[in-house]
Amino acid sequence: MNSVSRSLFRAGLFTALVAVLSVGCGKKVTPAPPAPPPPPPAAARPTVTLQASPATINKGESSTLSWNSTDATQLSIAPEVGAVTAQGSTKVTPSDSTTYTITASGPGGSASATASVSVNAPPPPVVEKGPSDDELFLKEVRDAYFDYDKADIRPDAREALSKTADFLKGHPQFKVTIEGHCDERGSTEYNLGLGDRRASATKQYLVSLGVPADRLTTVSFGKEKPFCTEHNEACWQQNRRGHFVKAN
Amino acid sequence: MLSLAKHVRWLLFVVATLFLTCSAIAQDWVRTGTGLGQVKPRVALADFGPRSDSAKSHSSLFTQVVRDDLQFSGILELASPSFYPPQVPTVPTELKAGAWLDPPTSAFYVGFGNLSESTAEIAIQAWLFDVRNPSSQPVVGKVYRGAPTDLQVRKFAHQFADEIISKLSGGLPSVASTQIAFVSSRTGSKEIWVMDYDGANQHPLTSLRSIAITPRWSPDGSRIAFTCFAPYNGLTSAQICMYSMDTGKLVAFPRFRGTNITPAWSPDGAQLIFSSSMQSNPELYVSDISGGRPKRLTFSNGANMSPAWNPKTGQTIAFVSDRGGTPQLYLMNADGTSTTKLDLPDKGYVIDPAWSPNGQLLAFSWRRPNDNYDLYIMDAASHQLVELTRDQGRNERPSWAPDGRHLVFESTRTGTRQIWTMLADGSQPHQLTTGGHNESPNWSTH
Repeated sequence: MNSVSRSLFRAGLFTALVAVLSVGCGKKVTPAPPAPPPPPPAAARPTVTLQASPATINKGESSTLSWNSTDATQLSIAPEVGAVTAQGSTKVTPSDSTTYTITASGPGGSASATASVSVNAPPPPVVEKGPSDDELFLKEVRDAYFDYDKADIRPDAREALSKTADFLKGHPQFKVTIEGHCDERGSTEYNLGLGDRRASATKQYLVSLGVPADRLTTVSFGKEKPFCTEHNEACWQQNRRGHFVKAN
Repeated sequence: MLSLAKHVRWLLFVVATLFLTCSAIAQDWVRTGTGLGQVKPRVALADFGPRSDSAKSHSSLFTQVVRDDLQFSGILELASPSFYPPQVPTVPTELKAGAWLDPPTSAFYVGFGNLSESTAEIAIQAWLFDVRNPSSQPVVGKVYRGAPTDLQVRKFAHQFADEIISKLSGGLPSVASTQIAFVSSRTGSKEIWVMDYDGANQHPLTSLRSIAITPRWSPDGSRIAFTCFAPYNGLTSAQICMYSMDTGKLVAFPRFRGTNITPAWSPDGAQLIFSSSMQSNPELYVSDISGGRPKRLTFSNGANMSPAWNPKTGQTIAFVSDRGGTPQLYLMNADGTSTTKLDLPDKGYVIDPAWSPNGQLLAFSWRRPNDNYDLYIMDAASHQLVELTRDQGRNERPSWAPDGRHLVFESTRTGTRQIWTMLADGSQPHQLTTGGHNESPNWSTH
């Protein structure tokens, strides 16, 4: 502490002492100095509300937007409506569901509010329509799967083919190509013969279930058009089949 | 087994005998093989001399193709060019016979010549001299003139090699000018392609954009019969297709019901045999080459396909049938009588029969119980077997070269299916294709 500040410190102590003594012994209270003038009141933050009535319309109809605000000097509604007065209402005719936003601003800041108008799309015309022929065919017709190097109809293939036969008998308009397919392990040339035997065995079984033979044509693709190209039994089984294709 | 191995060795060395005995009789040469020597004539082929700078690259191409052809033939020993004398003749007057006859070249025969080239034409003079008798006439003396293209230079080189091989072998067919038909899917669909026997000049014949497989050359080389998947009235089925090498187009062939596959030619080129399910199972039918009057040859409760008609005798047809449960080889007479099964010691799958040009050996693919496909040769008379491949992927669909000494086949030994050639004892495997997936080779008959 240097000498200047030390003397200031002492002067302070002295003043404080005098003040204490004078208050303690005086009976008359000296009047307080006048209060400073109050600051001007702070600008209030704007408030705004927005309503849509009705909130749901059909396409082509109108809805009324109403709003109210306080402490705002500028208001605008988007989309479309634009600048508006402090309170009011307007009609809107949106073509699709729309959320309107009103923005109010003034010296105290800004505020916003939203209101949504939902537009019901006209319902599509109701058309009575079942699945297409192709969809029906894909859904109901089951392929026959075979054992390696074999063209015998397995029990699971009997089940599949009886479903297929039922469908074909119930839909006499369908003509069918039966494709014989084989897995990659056999030789190209032998597989063409084996695929032919698979297609024929599939056809014969359907004929035995009452499907007219003249609706069924057989072809063999051997291993030339595999359904699956991995080298494992799951894949090979996919490729050993009598496959049905709608021919008309 | 041993005696057949010996038998195959005859094939490889019979030419040497023919040469030594100066016999021009080619018939039944396999049977003349007693007391064979194993000496192959030693041949040197000098670098052909370019007559101008512009002829340089075709000179070296010509030289290389002739050397490759001679090497491939297996009927002679090609002296290594690094042993050749420094003075290389380009015309007969420049030939110093002694320098070639002496070690280290030690050649009995020297091939040489020259090549001139203009923008319009190439002219090649080519000779083969017997340096033991240098004053005698050349063994071969040829002039070739044609377009100055790589393709034409290769063709001339193959023709010159044919001359040398034919002269030194006593008339054995050379393969240098032959072609191989095959199936390639490198364009996205399986089409019929053709290449020179050495793998050069690969190009597609068909662009059917469907599935074209199993090509077979007609005996005169003018046509290729094959299996095609042709759409017709909304139905795509396997049919026989016929391609004309003369017109570069498909020739009409009738459609039959069912699955029609694996055509093969009779040795006289007048008939086709193929598998068809036009009546029931896939059975073998024989027709004229326009598909007329198909006559059924087999009657079985299985599938029958892949016929091969004995090209020498015309009497026997080998084919594949699963009438016994699994695919096996059968033999029958050309009229469909006397069918017998070829019995092999192991079970398995036996497919892809191919007769050697002399009609005595049957090459085929056999899948033993170990699941590999390997190539074998069987002597049709003794039924003795020689194994040609082992533990090298799947090896299928052998086809004989007209020299009876080489086979072309498909193999997956590199990971993808490609075309290979080898000598008929399994040695000297040589890969011909690399791009895409290639299969089902068939060697032209000349």
